[in-house]
Amino acid sequence: MTRSFHYDIIVIGAGHAGCEAAIASARMGVSVAVFTMNLDNIGQMSCNPAVGGLAKSHLVKEIDALGGEMAKVTDKAGIQFKVLNKSKGPAVWATRVQADRALYRKYMRQALESQSGLGIKQENVEEILVKGNQVHGVRTTERIYKAKAVIVATGTFLNGLIHIGLENFLAGRTGEPPSIGLSKSLCEIGFKIGRLKTGTPPRLDVKGIDFSVMGIQEGDIPPPPMSLFTKEIKNPQLPCYITYTNENTHKIILDNLKYSPLYSGIIKGIGPRYCPSIEDKVIRFRDKTRHQIFLEPEGIDSDEYYTNGISTSLPCEVQVELVRSIAGLENAEVKKPGYAIEYDFVYPTQLKPTLEAKHIEGLFLAGQINGTSGYEEAAAQGLITGINAALKIKEREPFILGRHEAYIGVLIDDLVTKGTNEPYRMFTSRAEYRLLLRQDNADLRLMEKGYNLGLISEEVYNIFLKKKSMIEKEIKRLKSERVKPEVVNPILKKLGSSPIKEDASLYQLLKRPEIEYIDIARISPSTNGLTPSEIRSEDVASQVEIQTKYEGYIERQKETAERFKKIEEKKIPEGFVYKWIPGLSKEIIEKLEDVRPFNLGQASRIPGVTPVAISLLMVAVEKHKRTPQIL
Amino acid sequence: MKSFDDTIAAISTSLGYSGIGIVRLSGPDAISIVDKIFSSPKKKSLKQIPSHRIIYGHILNHLSKEVVDEVLVSVMRAPHTYTREDVVEINCHGGHVPLRRVLELVLENGARLAGPGEFTQRAFLNGRIDLTQAEAVLDTINAMTEQSQKVAMEQLSGSLSKRMEDLRDRLIELTAFVEAYIDFPEEDIELPSSEEMTKKALEMRNALRELVDSSRHGRILREGLKTAIIGRPNVGKSSLLNVLLEQDRAIVTEVPGTTRDVIEECLNINGFPVRIMDTAGIREARDIVEREGVERSLRAMQGADLILLVLDGSDDLHGTDRELIKSANSKNAILVVNKIDLPQKITNENLIPQNPPLPLLTKSPLSPPLSKGGEGGFNAIVKISALKGTGLDELREKISDMILKFSSAGGEASYSGLVTNIRHVKALEKALAHMNSLMDGINKGLSPELLSLELRDALDAIGEILGITTPEDILNKIFNDFCIGK
Repeated sequence: MTRSFHYDIIVIGAGHAGCEAAIASARMGVSVAVFTMNLDNIGQMSCNPAVGGLAKSHLVKEIDALGGEMAKVTDKAGIQFKVLNKSKGPAVWATRVQADRALYRKYMRQALESQSGLGIKQENVEEILVKGNQVHGVRTTERIYKAKAVIVATGTFLNGLIHIGLENFLAGRTGEPPSIGLSKSLCEIGFKIGRLKTGTPPRLDVKGIDFSVMGIQEGDIPPPPMSLFTKEIKNPQLPCYITYTNENTHKIILDNLKYSPLYSGIIKGIGPRYCPSIEDKVIRFRDKTRHQIFLEPEGIDSDEYYTNGISTSLPCEVQVELVRSIAGLENAEVKKPGYAIEYDFVYPTQLKPTLEAKHIEGLFLAGQINGTSGYEEAAAQGLITGINAALKIKEREPFILGRHEAYIGVLIDDLVTKGTNEPYRMFTSRAEYRLLLRQDNADLRLMEKGYNLGLISEEVYNIFLKKKSMIEKEIKRLKSERVKPEVVNPILKKLGSSPIKEDASLYQLLKRPEIEYIDIARISPSTNGLTPSEIRSEDVASQVEIQTKYEGYIERQKETAERFKKIEEKKIPEGFVYKWIPGLSKEIIEKLEDVRPFNLGQASRIPGVTPVAISLLMVAVEKHKRTPQIL
Repeated sequence: MKSFDDTIAAISTSLGYSGIGIVRLSGPDAISIVDKIFSSPKKKSLKQIPSHRIIYGHILNHLSKEVVDEVLVSVMRAPHTYTREDVVEINCHGGHVPLRRVLELVLENGARLAGPGEFTQRAFLNGRIDLTQAEAVLDTINAMTEQSQKVAMEQLSGSLSKRMEDLRDRLIELTAFVEAYIDFPEEDIELPSSEEMTKKALEMRNALRELVDSSRHGRILREGLKTAIIGRPNVGKSSLLNVLLEQDRAIVTEVPGTTRDVIEECLNINGFPVRIMDTAGIREARDIVEREGVERSLRAMQGADLILLVLDGSDDLHGTDRELIKSANSKNAILVVNKIDLPQKITNENLIPQNPPLPLLTKSPLSPPLSKGGEGGFNAIVKISALKGTGLDELREKISDMILKFSSAGGEASYSGLVTNIRHVKALEKALAHMNSLMDGINKGLSPELLSLELRDALDAIGEILGITTPEDILNKIFNDFCIGK
């Protein structure tokens, strides 16, 4: 066997998870090969042509701060940028980007191709090779490749089954073959496999759409980039359009339910509740007379529109009828029908917090295969597996983010601790430390870690450090600089803010809801020097403002996080035997055996594990620590 | 989830009506917490006391300026203690009631109520107990958990847990609204108007307040009903007290030489603790002027849960009697007509007050007063002879009736629907505080992610009582109630 068939890491799949995994690990200096069934579909957005949105942009910006690619590629492919929730607080602001599918593929492929130490192969992986409890490579349709670690990022391709009406056929995505052998292989090496379902809506030809009767949604001007590293968005910007279903649409759906695989019992997999098909919406919310549809452009040069809101698996001819019942779509052509897809997934409680399989050394799983949905969730897992596979090969400590550090930490902890039985999507409400995990401070939270991992360059890191110190200095100045009532009261009056009676610090003034940083800068401009050109001065200003205004809440959440730290640090030894702990109920023992938590904090989050059980566990772990030979 | 390096406290001797009890604290703040509520005759700070010393003094409630108990405090500094942390033990003399109050005071001052077996657990984790005892530690936690769960379950009766669950459902509903509004900005979800939010929050806050208040009623069950015996001189107040004491005395907390200015006598009436406050000087001198007696009586009525107004049935009603009847009428009072062994001059008609009741100036914790019976506006009129011991059973009956009625005041809660578990009370108070912050936040127009913080903390507190966690419930509620998803 020649050297070229031997890699440190093999990544199966070049979707959003696979790409981040491959690039991150290659950047960390190990040799990597990524396998895809089709080179032209690298970084394919198989569902809607958008990246980000609530909690998802948080993930993307964390990936960015850790040196991942998704945000940068999104900015290069973006055709509409919008910050959602602007009327609410900064912790729940979220950037949503409409992306050009073709450009996204192009730039992601470029990122892969330009990465040294990373090979791309168009080959079908049939089997994961395991010896004992150690992965040692893969077998493709062509040959065997050896590797120290394998990352499986196969999306919905495992035993994918597409449903349109009562017909169904095996496929990974529309027009692409599924992966059958690999699912069997995962089963054979001992994974417990489940089945999920998701769906997409029909795509329409632009020519038949009458936009004049629809609402229009433009992006923000100037477009707010996703990545810290993007100076400016260069693509032309396109609007989305809004229309609605009506009672006639609903009647068509109800009349044709017998042809729906969802309602005729053909589909067994569980679909996501937050992304229901139009059939589901009409049936479950019968009193709603209309449902919103977003028409999203597929790209600058594309004549396709994505009908976000009417995901369906009704037969093609019903889809045409359904679409044409909608205002503005009376003459629309369905270019590609919507469909439902069922696919295999691996119950993620079988994984460690590094996303390495508990029972097979060196085998990592990332993305939809772990029961998640969404490009962003996939990319986040991809990055973490890439990092941890590389660390493992370098025999360094694993990289695990806490729930108080990142949405990525929340995502992975939820998956490996609670598992999932529907496609898992991130929501800000899943994060108990939501006020700490803002998209605006992703770099402050994570960039140092990215730098230490070798994913952030020295140059970038130095700029970051400069920004960080500017923020700190400015806050310090605001706290120390005091203003006199006679000087500041006229200005306060103009701003509709009540006058001060005694000297007040600028910091105290900025805490008032009606005062913005820009007002403070007017009262007393910063003396901390001009912003270097490589740092966006508005980033510093908004950071100063947010940290000041949110201070009390941030402190409150930090204290809570601090309180739980000790229990998070109490490690449970691998192979710990739970059944010998007196007093634990059978159900709790089963739950603990199933998840095999790594520390007491994780154990305490397993649904059904009581505080008393944790007390008992803590004593038992301490006992084990003093005499490990007993257990 | 509890923390493992905070300061915990618990009553470490078994509860009962007799003997002394110990409140034990362990943790980094044990000494400073007790120092805040302890006063020694020489005004020495506990922080200056060398380790393993016992010091005499009093536990003070700074709020009510009351001496709670006369105590001996032992200070033991880490690491030579049972838990290897700083440990303080407060040896109380006063029996059940002061013991509970001392515990509540240390909790109010920053300690956390210890979980089952938590002292022993800490002792083990900190290496104080050796390995051979590990099994015993586990057994202790188990046994104590079983015991405390049994008690907690008994205390969290059906009607109460139903009320809590109902409250929790309402909290989840509002939280789901706020969360859906945050997480799905493009789904036409309108946050309820601030008036509507305030209304919902107010409803929940009131429900919580009712529960917390019911715990105050519960406190009566735990600590005794504060009772004042009043009346003009020579009507037989002290004879009544003495005869009750002879038959029903529970514990005497009278400690000569202390700074206690209120002497209490504790009675056990039909199983309920009743504390007779002797502020009025029931055992007053025989030759006291009538005016002075009335003044004392009026003072004694302040802050009493129950008033026993004693009249002399063998004498005509004096002007002062009428004055007292008028004042007591607006309170929870029982008219006790004494000396029925003598020829009677008082009839029920005499007892109907001539004027409408005076407006309430000071509210007792049990206010508003209970619905008036037909007998002259008083809850009850009981005729006794303290000398012969007649009518006392009826008096006991009326007192215990009244305690039961107090307990159910302000709601349909029955005797068993009271919040009496101190852990539950603390959690409810926490939830109530968060609901207050929520209303404040709505008022100030704070953004929804900040309001959500209060809602979630309130939910966590209720969840602590019911033993449930929440994040999934909120998401379930969102997907159930809102048509979400594009």
